[in-house]
Amino acid sequence: MFEAVLLTVITAATPLLIAALGELVVERSGVLNLGVEGMMIMGAVVGFAVANQTGSGFLGVIAAVAAGMAMSALFGFLVLVLVTNQVATGLALTILGIGFSGMIGEAFIGVPGLKIPELYIPILSEIPFFGPVFFQQDSIVYISFVLVAAVAYFLFRTRLGLVLRAVGDNHGSAHALGYSVIRIRFSAVLFGGACAGLAGAYMSLAYTPQWVENMTAGRGWIALALVVFSSWLPLRVVVGAYLFGAVSVLNLHAQAVELDIPSQLLSSLPYLATILVLVLISANRRLTLVNTPACLGKPFVPDR
Amino acid sequence: MRIELVKRKEHSQLMAMLSPLIAVALTALAAGIIFSISGHNPLVALYKFFIEPLTQQWSFEATIDKATPLILIACGLSVCYLSNNWNIGAEGQFVIGALFGSILPVLFPSFENAATLPLMLIFGAIGGALWALVPALLKTRFNTNEILTSLMLVYVASLILDYLVRGPWRDPDGYNFPESRIFSDAATLPEVFGGAMSLSAPITVLIAIILAIVLAKTLKGFEIRVMGESPRAGGFAGFSAKGLTLFSFALAGGLAGLAGTMEVSGALNQLLPSISPGYGFTAIIVAFLGRLNPIGIIIAGFVLALSYIGGEGVQSAMGVTNEIASVIQGLLLFFVLACDTLILYRIRFVSRHGSQGEASHV
Repeated sequence: MFEAVLLTVITAATPLLIAALGELVVERSGVLNLGVEGMMIMGAVVGFAVANQTGSGFLGVIAAVAAGMAMSALFGFLVLVLVTNQVATGLALTILGIGFSGMIGEAFIGVPGLKIPELYIPILSEIPFFGPVFFQQDSIVYISFVLVAAVAYFLFRTRLGLVLRAVGDNHGSAHALGYSVIRIRFSAVLFGGACAGLAGAYMSLAYTPQWVENMTAGRGWIALALVVFSSWLPLRVVVGAYLFGAVSVLNLHAQAVELDIPSQLLSSLPYLATILVLVLISANRRLTLVNTPACLGKPFVPDR
Repeated sequence: MRIELVKRKEHSQLMAMLSPLIAVALTALAAGIIFSISGHNPLVALYKFFIEPLTQQWSFEATIDKATPLILIACGLSVCYLSNNWNIGAEGQFVIGALFGSILPVLFPSFENAATLPLMLIFGAIGGALWALVPALLKTRFNTNEILTSLMLVYVASLILDYLVRGPWRDPDGYNFPESRIFSDAATLPEVFGGAMSLSAPITVLIAIILAIVLAKTLKGFEIRVMGESPRAGGFAGFSAKGLTLFSFALAGGLAGLAGTMEVSGALNQLLPSISPGYGFTAIIVAFLGRLNPIGIIIAGFVLALSYIGGEGVQSAMGVTNEIASVIQGLLLFFVLACDTLILYRIRFVSRHGSQGEASHV
């Protein structure tokens, strides 16, 4: 029983984890991209459509990543080159993504989907309990594990990671030292888009292998909240994502034990939990101020 | 070729007027491209989308019906955005306002007199304001990001509506359909100008004009603009950032709640599991297209309302999916934001080999 619950938690947590890790890197570079939901839903629909047309889940995932990056490139151009308001531009990205995904997805409503296959890691998958939970998953779950380690290593153990954090903390100084603020931020934004696209592909090719309009249902926004929750530290994103995964599968398991609670209340739990967590974290000023990128959301125009 | 921004010495008044127009033109161009890619004649589609709704009486009246809630919500949002408070949860405030406004006709259907309608409108405004004050209080008290909390409450609000119309507020004589009872005549917003529009339209225009005067001519309007552009300067002038956060959220929520009540009382006449085709989100685009100015917002509200009616038009006439409407809305916001750059900056295209002299100015 516990094993089965844990498995559903992992599948619910993985898209949140991947999208939040991407956004964490974006925000560390000083850019606030509120369009995660829009990039994610585009990843979901493009991933589903390509997998459906080609019969290949792998191609679907690649296409979803590309779709997320294309969306983020649009955002990057406006925010970094034309210096538009980051909050409003991110919102525009979400509105556009939801619209476009509905348009592309209309032909795929009710079409049976394709599930990317599980990949059993030899030997490790035979360990009792840990094996089935952690090593009998699909490849995107493994990618999410690797991504956590890679992002943590990149940000805090490499020179380029240091530069990226410097750009996020003080773009003026980074510019004066000769680093190309805009180029570094653009790369970070593209990485965030790729992650959101991958997270979307996980929704439509693994979590629920089908296309339903608006199927990300606010997960992009919850991923944004997770970044705040983590106080911009990759390992804490894991904790947050799994916590939220657990809250969001509560609905499923409560139905199984026939609790007499309105289903709407259970469905609203992830959103209420997000608010609660944001309040607890932001009330603690010491925790937030230490790691918040100082230039987060501030426009940068290079003076020449 | 590289793009460089050169800061203007002062805001370009010309561009402030032109930028929304350029944005609409670019959106129409992009929409035309999308139409032709999906195999439709772009000129016919654009005509049906943007022009035809204005040529017939019924569709013109339908456009007014859609524009009304958009304008009212966007007016409130503009005060938030001018003062740097990012309320993106108007959709939820609209829904909760509609619920508060429906308390009388749903729970006390026998309460029918001249006071019913005014009380409903007041309840609606209070409900929307209370819902909006949640993220505002969390921001002022705990420093919580209002963007995320106000959005999360949208999901919660629509789940509350869903619960009520399927559960306790379901019409007892409604054959188990998820709907509330139909509102009585006393709880229905009357039509005016010979049935051309609901009373909500003139109320909305009146509120927009009052707000325009408040913003342009009063100390409160000055406070809102100063706190948006320079909170530090506002602090020296004795303005309270926290007070303004509470004020702007309450105002935006109140107007969204009023819009919600007028929608269920005037247009729908009952509560349904879904009462808004995304007015709260589209109103964000209206606010920016209207350059956060109530008079501009009235015009912008019409443009966005056209996208709803035009979307239905191209769907029925040409078989284009009406999702095209939200694509066009999203594109419009992108172009509006991009064109607003022209107000603050001159854009210079620099060729890779070119010297300063060859750079062309726009």
